[in-house]
Amino acid sequence: MAKLENREALKNLRNSLQAKFQESKKKLISLCAGSGCGAYGTAKVHEKLMAELAEQGLENEVEVKLSGCHGFCEKGPIMVIHPEGIFYPQVQEQHIPEIVEHTVKNGELVKSLIFKDPATKKKIIHEKDVPFYKLQKRIIFGNNGIIDPTNIQDYLSVGGYAALEKVLFDMSPEKIIDEVKESGLRGRGGGGFSTGIKWASCRKHEGERYVICNADEGDPGAYMDRSLLEGNPHSVLEGMIIGAFAIGSNEGYVYVRHEYPLAVKNFSMALESARELGLLGKNILGTGFDLDIFISRGGGAFVCGESTALMASLEGNPGLPRAKYIHTVEKGFRQNPSLLNNVETWANVPVIINNGADWYASIGTEGSKGTKIFSLVGKVMNTGLVEVPMGTSLRTIIFDIGGGILKKKKFKAVQTGGPSGGCIPEKHLDLGIDFDELTKVGSMMGSGGMIVMDQDTCMVDISRYFVEFLKDESCGQCNPCREGLKQMLDVLNRICEGNGREGDIEILEELGGMMQKFSLCGLGTSSPNPVQSTIRYFRDEYVAHIKDKKCQAGVCKPLFYYEIDPELCNGCTLCAKRCPEEAITGKKKELHELNQDKCIKCGICYDVCKFNAIAIR
Amino acid sequence: MVPKDKGLMSMEHFVEIDWQKVDEIIEKYNGNREALLMIMQDISDIYNYVPPDVVPVLVNKLGVRESLVYSVATFYKTISLEPRGKYIVNVCTGTACHVRGADKIMDALEGHLNIKEGQTTDDLLFTLQGVRCVGCCASGPVITVNQKTHGGLDRASALDTVKSYDQCIS
Repeated sequence: MAKLENREALKNLRNSLQAKFQESKKKLISLCAGSGCGAYGTAKVHEKLMAELAEQGLENEVEVKLSGCHGFCEKGPIMVIHPEGIFYPQVQEQHIPEIVEHTVKNGELVKSLIFKDPATKKKIIHEKDVPFYKLQKRIIFGNNGIIDPTNIQDYLSVGGYAALEKVLFDMSPEKIIDEVKESGLRGRGGGGFSTGIKWASCRKHEGERYVICNADEGDPGAYMDRSLLEGNPHSVLEGMIIGAFAIGSNEGYVYVRHEYPLAVKNFSMALESARELGLLGKNILGTGFDLDIFISRGGGAFVCGESTALMASLEGNPGLPRAKYIHTVEKGFRQNPSLLNNVETWANVPVIINNGADWYASIGTEGSKGTKIFSLVGKVMNTGLVEVPMGTSLRTIIFDIGGGILKKKKFKAVQTGGPSGGCIPEKHLDLGIDFDELTKVGSMMGSGGMIVMDQDTCMVDISRYFVEFLKDESCGQCNPCREGLKQMLDVLNRICEGNGREGDIEILEELGGMMQKFSLCGLGTSSPNPVQSTIRYFRDEYVAHIKDKKCQAGVCKPLFYYEIDPELCNGCTLCAKRCPEEAITGKKKELHELNQDKCIKCGICYDVCKFNAIAIR
Repeated sequence: MVPKDKGLMSMEHFVEIDWQKVDEIIEKYNGNREALLMIMQDISDIYNYVPPDVVPVLVNKLGVRESLVYSVATFYKTISLEPRGKYIVNVCTGTACHVRGADKIMDALEGHLNIKEGQTTDDLLFTLQGVRCVGCCASGPVITVNQKTHGGLDRASALDTVKSYDQCIS
């Protein structure tokens, strides 16, 4: 493509692509190529689909698009057939001939593939009617399913780079910053600091300014940044270019995890095509504004999500954080003023510019504006990425969008905010979530991970799990974090092993207070959160582990045993067949017995029994 | 799994380094010392580890201290200074996979490969690692083998997945 020299050229290109997109009568098959669906086999489905279309001579009549993440990752690979919007989840190779024969050729539905809502058992034909999507407000994530992320023309055809055009030609840098300030946008990486204020303070400082995108998505259980970079990289890039123009920066970096190869690939392609079109480089659209952006790949260190550690890593050093007496907006990367925002924050910027601060501020709550993408995962029926307005209740997200708990088990808690977040119990399910409300109940927004836990999750084990994670990830510079986490883990390990002592809960609380007050960086100061929040809401479980030596969830192996409930066992023999240790014996249709000496508590019997006859004691 | 061809490829046998390739990688980043980590990642993509013989070359060409190379190599999890298997099996132990039974997958694979987490089979075919979140949280439990992700696993399908790589070679 030829370089765009001025405003008119960009406008003309976009208008013609938009018109083409809207007029196109071609059938379009959108097949999700995000990492979630990829794990379920998109590549094979795509290959088969192309072969089948070619064989039927339909390759010129049907357009196939490998799109970004649709969000409903649980049901991958996902296929949507436009213009009707027919939604086929969990498509496998063997379904392709039927889909082509019936739906593509004759416009008929393949009945066996129609989505069945697990909650209501109703069949749902169109994507827009699926409850998972219906209750969402997808202003950031919406285009993911429509566009091919590797094609800049697709992004332009849905109105892409209109916001960039607007800021370059119609707005002063000060006006842009005011607009972002007024929108009420707060940092989506976890801090929740006002984005506009951050931009303004970076612009104020003299030096070679940098814009940086934090894509070191390390929170286990959160993957919205990955999906945005993979599925709509230009939306993030457009946000960064606008940010660079607003603060007066000519160089930018995207710090992305090496473990996200597809994100690296798609974003690299986005950079390349933007350079080709002249949206990056020297004299962008003839305005005299120069900017280039580069990718830096992180090396799998959680602490590098922290701003000062990230910048140390960008400079080619180990990612060690420093005390922030001087903020990175003043002295960050290469000792220069640096503006660091998270992937999702950057992706919000074009939306704000296009629709205006007032429109944006009308979504959400008093203190938190706009939408937030949550990664709804764990023991919930419909897992995936969910974008809802700030203030939506946990209940709506987990039960209405998420379809409730898997296997009709009982909800126990939802963990938000990543390893440094907290576990929220059932009594707070009606909480409208935003930055401030989550903090009030002892958790935090973090980057938007939302891990649902049921009766089979042990809260002491979960807190042990997070402390172990953080102990491994602590950079080791400061004592409170390095030693505090190690001591906490020792105490939690002994509780889980059945050697808990009276006073252990108090030790954990005391350690936590110390770490919170005296650690060097955010990782350390927030690291006791998972322990403190589980003690706050699930103290009984800690007491049961320590005093009664019982783990009711059946997770801490020394603290429970399995037993067959004589009332419920109907002698189906399934457990006996699957037991790897031959610990279960019994005749067909007769009560089975479990030999405790042989049992290794692997839990297979508990998982396979359809009659809840395996009891945890 | 029984380690095979033990005599042919033991852990003591380090790889033959293609110095031209190493130079090309350094060149690709213009010898920029800020790219040290990425250069090591690219070398690692070829050999599955950073052969210690490369370190003096990095010191020279990038103009950095040897201590910096080692501190970067040991700080970041994606870099290993010891040989790893042809197939690096990463069991995701992120929170979502954890609550859906990642430890059971790890148990099963440890048993099958007859190694513990963090170890490599004697035939240098498989390295088994626990990693924190590969970002496929909705499809958990998940494992990755090199760069390919396999989701929605249980013990049996995890074993089948790893076995399928085993068969690729023999």
